[in-house]
Amino acid sequence: MADGSIGLWTVPLAVLGGAIRVSTPFLFVSLGECITERSGRINLGLEGTLVMGAMSAYGISYLTGSPWLGVFAAGITGALLGALHAGICSLPRVNDVAVGIALMLFGTGLAFYLGKPLIEPTAPRLPAIDFGWWSDIPQVRAALRVNVLFLIGVALAPILYWAFRTTRWGLLIRTAGESSDAARAMGHSVLLIRLRATMVGGFLAGIGGSFLSLFYPGSWNEGLSSGQGITAVALVIFARWDPLLCLWASLAFGGAAALGPALQSVGVTSGYHLFNAAPYILTLAIMIITCSPKRTLTGAPAELSITR
Amino acid sequence: MDFGRISRRHLLQGGAALTLGAAAGARPAFAAETTIGFIYVGSRDDYGYNQAHAQGAAALKKIPGLKVVEEEKVPETDAVEKTIESMINLDGATLLFPTSFGYYNPHVIKMAAKYPKLRFEHCGGLWTDKDPKNAGSYFGYIDEAQYISGIVAGLTSKSGKLGFVAAKPIPQVLRNINAFTLGAKSVNPKATTQVIFTGDWSMPVKEAEATNSLIDQGVDVLTCHVDGPKTMVENAARRGAFVCGYHTNQSALAPKAYLTGAEWNWEALYPKFVKMIAAGESIPNFYRGGLKEEIVKVSPYGEAVSAEARKAADDAKAKFLSADGFAIFKGGLVDNKGKTVIAAGTDRGQKDPELEKMDYLVEGVIGATS
Repeated sequence: MADGSIGLWTVPLAVLGGAIRVSTPFLFVSLGECITERSGRINLGLEGTLVMGAMSAYGISYLTGSPWLGVFAAGITGALLGALHAGICSLPRVNDVAVGIALMLFGTGLAFYLGKPLIEPTAPRLPAIDFGWWSDIPQVRAALRVNVLFLIGVALAPILYWAFRTTRWGLLIRTAGESSDAARAMGHSVLLIRLRATMVGGFLAGIGGSFLSLFYPGSWNEGLSSGQGITAVALVIFARWDPLLCLWASLAFGGAAALGPALQSVGVTSGYHLFNAAPYILTLAIMIITCSPKRTLTGAPAELSITR
Repeated sequence: MDFGRISRRHLLQGGAALTLGAAAGARPAFAAETTIGFIYVGSRDDYGYNQAHAQGAAALKKIPGLKVVEEEKVPETDAVEKTIESMINLDGATLLFPTSFGYYNPHVIKMAAKYPKLRFEHCGGLWTDKDPKNAGSYFGYIDEAQYISGIVAGLTSKSGKLGFVAAKPIPQVLRNINAFTLGAKSVNPKATTQVIFTGDWSMPVKEAEATNSLIDQGVDVLTCHVDGPKTMVENAARRGAFVCGYHTNQSALAPKAYLTGAEWNWEALYPKFVKMIAAGESIPNFYRGGLKEEIVKVSPYGEAVSAEARKAADDAKAKFLSADGFAIFKGGLVDNKGKTVIAAGTDRGQKDPELEKMDYLVEGVIGATS
């Protein structure tokens, strides 16, 4: 203790810190995808949106010197990619899963192409709020350095939960997702609802990307996302299309991602590949435990192409 | 992009083959305009491995009469053969630098056999007598520079705990971890190096988590062996720890935290190769070297490096540069499981092929290879 080390306490602290640091992109992408899927469409392209968001946020922050403008630009980029997905999907007999995969490749490819000159420069980062002021232990203070985006994400989850249940917009999105006939009978355009839902989903995913490049790990490079967007899309299914469960699942994934490095740092070195794979093992295990051949997943919107 | 290249190549293949025959047959020793092709596995401005090679290529661009063509993000598959063919047939390249380890076997060997009059210089491969004579492999003993980084780290650290963010436990990485640790222990016998393997060459989130975990453990100087050290350097500096760089000079990213670093010196080696060819000398097919041969170098010391550390590091550098050289891995070496890995009395010099098979972590390293 005296030498500044906190021994085995590193592990729970790193998992807590990881849950805060690593979970934010998961949280934004999964909440965004939750809205899109509740309207009856899957957007697998959010991996591409995440990477495009990260790149445009970094670029705009670098050019204008304002990271918040970067966050906004990332959201707009995401919304445009969402509109593209929804636009293509509104054509007859287009498969949304296939379009999503195409847009995932398009988004990452475009981001790598446009982001080439951004690898070297250092852009201004988002500030952190120090929630660890009460502690004398530097490790605790470091773990509790929280970004506002994380707080917004945490607040957004219950708001969405409430909005889906009680607001007119929530009801419309759910109607489009459960029965497009019912929505049409009510005189609403299903395509328009889905367009808006996909754009909002893209907007949130883009903001998730800005967190990656502007806060943690905090710079733009091509390996930045390494599949987090896709993991977050899977996370929505795992969270049963429930925004509150999305929040818990994102926190669990963030914590699990910190587990591998933290265990190695306290000397648990055997099988680190297994610990590094912890988030994926967690997904598989829960998928297997909760799936059943006899019924569709509980909570799944009926119009979703994977459940129909 | 790929499609463009393929169709272009198909269109021009016939004509190009004819002109190639003439061009290669009458190839003068770097007269008029000579084209040199560089192939990178990743992005050439990654603050890491590829950027180091790109800096070497940039040094060649300054030499009059040389034209450099480059292609980035070429995977270690058939794709590299297509790129090589395109550079030869369309750009007229007569000297090629495929710079990634996995290009060598079978791709570079195959291409070298197909174009026997052109020269292929591959980074990192192990050229053997069976391979084509117009192919060669070069590499640097960067562990010498890591040893010096270790000395600076050992004398700068207050806690005596050093950290190493590593990608995979392969011989080249283990050799760097061990050299760094032995350097630190040569000036501070109690120093330890905690290593975290992230599992792959480019995992920014894992690298950032590893950096944070190490610092939480009391580590106050970090270094790494991953493709792009930028994530580790920036995150460590934000937490107030010191860093030693790798591949290239990262001091611009964290001027106050950057102590020194182990860098490739391709900008010295590549012009040397070109001069050798122009003078009609042959480049040895198996080319290796360290600080003395100017294949690797040490970053200039940062402001936080004490006079004592500078002196100790300069002394070690002088030993590497001396006529006798200096063996990092000396007899009586014990690994971190207590097993003797080099028997007392046998010194393993830099060129010893045994070192290229390293599979252990020396005493003082906290971590395991599996």
